[in-house]
Order: sequence, then C-alpha cells, then structure tokens
Amino acid sequence: MASVLNMLLVVVLALNLYLLGNSRLSATIRIVAAQGALIGVMPLLVHQQVGLAAFAVSVAAILLKGVLIPWMLMRALREAQIKREVEPLIGFLPSMILGALATAFALAFASHLPLAREHTSHLLVPASVATVLSGFILLTTRYKALSQVIGYLVLENGVFIFGLLLIEAMPLIVEMGVLLDLFVGIFVISIIVNHINRAFSLQNTPRFGEQKD
Amino acid sequence: MAYAMILLPLVMAALAFALPSNRWRPWLLPVTSLAHGALVAWALAHPALLTQSSWLVLDPPGRLVLVLVSVLFCASAFYTVDYLRRRAEHPNSVFCVCFLTFLSMMTLVTWSHHLGLMWVAVEATTLVSAPLIYFDRTHNSIEATWKYLLVCSIGIALALMGSFFLAYASLHAGLDSSLTFENLLENAPALSRPWLYAAFVLSLVGYGTKMGLAPVHIWLPDAHSEAPSPVSALLSGALLNCAFLAILRIYHICIATGEGTFTSGPLIGIGLFSMAVAGLFMFCQRDFKRMLAYSSIEHMGILALGLGIGAPALFGTLLHILNSGLTKGVLFLSAGNIYHAYHSKSTDVVRGALRRVPLSGALFLTGFLAITGSPPFGPFISEFSILNAAFGASHYWAAGLFLFFLFLIFIGMGILVLKVVQGHPSEAVQSSSYRDGGLTCVPPLLLMALVLLLGLYIPAPLDTLIRDAVNFLEVTP
Repeated sequence: MASVLNMLLVVVLALNLYLLGNSRLSATIRIVAAQGALIGVMPLLVHQQVGLAAFAVSVAAILLKGVLIPWMLMRALREAQIKREVEPLIGFLPSMILGALATAFALAFASHLPLAREHTSHLLVPASVATVLSGFILLTTRYKALSQVIGYLVLENGVFIFGLLLIEAMPLIVEMGVLLDLFVGIFVISIIVNHINRAFSLQNTPRFGEQKD
Repeated sequence: MAYAMILLPLVMAALAFALPSNRWRPWLLPVTSLAHGALVAWALAHPALLTQSSWLVLDPPGRLVLVLVSVLFCASAFYTVDYLRRRAEHPNSVFCVCFLTFLSMMTLVTWSHHLGLMWVAVEATTLVSAPLIYFDRTHNSIEATWKYLLVCSIGIALALMGSFFLAYASLHAGLDSSLTFENLLENAPALSRPWLYAAFVLSLVGYGTKMGLAPVHIWLPDAHSEAPSPVSALLSGALLNCAFLAILRIYHICIATGEGTFTSGPLIGIGLFSMAVAGLFMFCQRDFKRMLAYSSIEHMGILALGLGIGAPALFGTLLHILNSGLTKGVLFLSAGNIYHAYHSKSTDVVRGALRRVPLSGALFLTGFLAITGSPPFGPFISEFSILNAAFGASHYWAAGLFLFFLFLIFIGMGILVLKVVQGHPSEAVQSSSYRDGGLTCVPPLLLMALVLLLGLYIPAPLDTLIRDAVNFLEVTP
C-alpha cells in the first residue's frame, strides 16, 4: 500500500509543478481537479484496513475536490470569458523552479520532524508541506482572481494530505466540517468572482488598487 | 444549554428567511439578541449548565468572550434596525440571515472544546460575515469582501495545519487523545515538542490573520471601513476577540506542557509590531473608519503583548478583551452616525460633528479618549495593569516600546478625531436628513456607560469571572 501511496504523492508533486508552469486557466482548473481526485483516493490507502470514516471522507473529497468545485470554477470562468493568466509577477518558468526548490525544502524540513513508526515509510509530510508552499507561490504571484482561488485550493489540498495522517484520530464530523467549510467558501468566493467580473470587467485583483495601505 | 444558545439564532435566521416583510424582518435581530443575552445570563448563574458534552464546554475565558459577544450583539442589533430602515431600498433578507448566523457561529467558537470543532466554527464565522461586508455592493465593498474572504481563508487554512500538527503531536506521543482541550491539557507534558512548536507558530499566524495582527492584517482596514457600521462594530469588538480566544486556547496547551516560555517571544514581537504598524498608518489617515480599523489592530497587538508577558499580565489582558471590545462598539456605532450625517468618511468633508450631531460627536470624542487609555475609562485600567506587569516581569524594552506606541497612537488618532468633531460643518452638509435618534444613540451610549463603569469599579461577578479565567489559564501540571 505504501508504495502505491508514494507513487500517487509523487504524481501530486508533479502536478504542483505543472500548475505553476501553466498559463491557461481552464487547464489549471483541470489539473487542480485531477489533483483533488487523486488526493481523494488516498484515505483508502493510508491504513491497512479501510474504516467507514476513511471511506466517507474519500467519497466526499473526490466528489467535492474532483467534480463539484472544478465545475463551479469552470462556470465562473465561462462567465468571465477569460482564457489566460496575464504575465504573472514571477514568470511561469521561474515560478516552476521556485516550486521545485520549495519541494526540496519540504523534504529537508520534514526529515527534521519526528514521525511515528507506522508513518516513516511514506512521503505524506514532505508532500503536504510542498503542496502548501506551491499554493502560496500561486497565491502570491498570480493576478487573476480565479488563479488565486486555485492557489487556495492547492494550499487546502496540502493541508488535506497532512490530515491523512490523522484520519483515525480526527472524528468524522470534523473532517466533514472541514470539507463543508471548503465547499461553502469556494461557493461564496465564486459568487464574489462573478460580481468582481461584472463590476470591474477585468478580473485583475491588483486593478482594484483604490484602497492603498 | 449550548444547543439552545447556538440553535436559537439559527432558528431565528430561518424565520428571517421565511418572513416576507422587508420592514419588520430587522426586528428579529433585537428580539434574538435579548433572548440570547438572557440565556447567557442564566447559564452563567448556573454553573452546572456550562458543560454540555465533552465537545461543548464553556471554559472560563470562553465565558468572558461570550458575555462580550452577547452585549455587543445586543447593541448592534438595535442599531441595525434603524440602519436598515434608512437603507430600505436594499433587500435585507440575506443580511438578517447572515447577521443571526454570525451570532450563532461566534457562540459556537466560545463553546467549542474540541480542536477541530473550534476550527470549523472560526472558519464558519468568516463565511457568514462575508456577505455582511458586501451589503453596500460598491466597488470598494467587493474589493474588501474579496480580500477578507481570501486572506482569512488562507490564514485559517494555516491554522488548520497547525491544529493537525498539534493533533499529530499527541498521536506521535502514542496518546489515545480525543483532541478535546481537556484531554490535550491533561496530556500536554507528553506532547512531542517539535510538532508542538510548529503547531504554535502556525496557529499564531493562522488565527492571527483572523485576529488582525500585523503583518497579516491586510484584510482588516478594508473590511472594517467598508462594512456597515453595526457589522464593523461586531467584527472589531466580537469577532477579533473570538480569534484571540482560539490563540489563547493553543497558548494554554503550550503553557500546560511546563515549558511554555517559547511562546513569549513570538507573542511580544508580533504584538509590538502590530502596535507599530497601527501607529504609523494612523498618521496618514483621512478616512475615520479606517483609522478605527487601525486602532483595532493596535488593541489586538496589546492583547498579544499581554499574553506574551504571561501570568502577571493575564488579568489585565482578559479585562482588556472586554474594555477594548466595548469601546470599539461605541466608536464604530457613533462613527456610523457621523457617516450618515455627512455621507462621507473623509475628514476633508466631515467637520464639526459636535455641532451637526452633538450626541454622536460627543460619543465619538469620549470613545477616542477611552480607547487611547485615558482615565477614568476601562481601557486605562487594563492597559496600566499590562504595563505594570511588563515592568514587574522585567520586560523593560517591551514596556518602553508599549508606552511609546500608546503615546504615538494617542497623537495620531487625536489629530484625526479633533478634525472630525471640531469646527463648523459646511453648508452643503446641513441638508442631509439624518438626526440623532433613540435607536442609533442609546446603544453606543449604554456601551459607553459600561466602559466608564469598568474604569471606576469592576462588579463582583465580573471580577470572579476574570479571576476564574486567570486561575484556569495558570494551571500547570
């Protein structure tokens, strides 16, 4: 099981880099959907026997992260009628390199933290930290409101990966609460994105700029 | 009891949603607030009611914040009735539903005794308060809502990571922990240290974002200045303190390990930095609601500083939660009245508030004196107590900087407040229809009276409440 899980985690890390280097918004939404679905499968692989909690979390996460949220974002994208990210603060290639550095840093950082014996065989902690950092890079360097939402989703995915270590310790209702909050958050955000779109016609967040300090 | 307190506003929210009348719907808010206040008073009088289940326990610091939330909500609710009457052209059903749900979620934060549940509740407060900020539907309010949602969601995601780290600290130590605070506190000495340190830092940054500590405060000035005034009063007085409560609970676990001194440095540093940022930005302000927002950042900084100083400053810090929260209520509500009298937030237009709206102008001026720590108001007592503790615990540098920033902020805020209240209003302004009325002036007036009372004399039940909280937080294994 651990080897399958590690393979999936490596794919997740590769998707992070792919996201950082991609300029087409519809492609980035698809990538984040794929990442979400992959992560949704993981609760089934972390432990030897699959409990009801893990199963429920897995189904909810796949539906939410892999289907529902990407669908909402795609709709927002269609209504906004934009295709590409404008040239970001840090170019696509440099941000990819930054992402690779972040992954290396995550591996180094994770090796300093003590892990329980049953968790030493897989890459959950470094993958989680690297994904959170990739989310941060997306959030801080991209201009379009939708790209920033995608950055937030990647960050949430990173947190979710870490949560896999705790899938038995965290009660089911809390896991569900976390997913529900994410869903409502994205729902409200996509409504606001639509309004931004109507009000500003272009969705560049820095274009706001009316309120400086 | 917990269920009653949390479900009551939700039921009322459903009722508000079902009620077709735009005119009568807002009256549900004061009704709910009075019922909620009665429930809080009843629960505090009967300690047996304070434990609902292992997940829902009203711990002593939670009681303090719950009292503040309930009082401020009551004042804002009455004020909102008049506010919405003046904005009759806007449909207000979403506003009322979110306003009531907001109360429910803040109540849940104070009751939650489980690491995960608390996180869910804090995140929920962000989501239900976003539509409140967006009430005006202007460009600026969209921008403010967007920043609020995105920045707070990111902060809260980091806090979730912190909560997970804390949970792992207990898992790694081989503890069969249920992640309730009671359990975590009992097992604190056994928690794995590296995970605990990382958890503390992430929680401080995460919940600190929500609390408005610099440098992660960027959403706060926009949200506070764009939101309708009663919402700003709740955001600043109640919500920020709910986030502080979350930090307080994580801090408590760190202290309970017996080696909690590592928390002191980051808290003092971030606290003083917030005060410095607030002081600097106050000088170049022309928007008086924005100035109040920076003042909120300052007071959150003071709370973090007080917590960093530790046990001797705890009494002052907990008292300051009440004092600063109530005074912020006065300031935002009276600032709202001034805004309605002039239809502007800029000091270029707003002059002579004492002549134009005498009562609101006077409240704004008194509120300023109170919030900057002038005697005989409440914040003076709590700030003095924190300062005293800082010297007592030989944090001389921190104490000196604290005094310096207070002085700086007094001057910066004073310049702006005097511009607003003194002088003569221009002719064009005289025509606006707003006059000080009962619903808009009595709530801030009562809050002001409370702030004055807290400065002169702390009633015995409140004293017990704060001392209970101090004793609770000082428990070491």
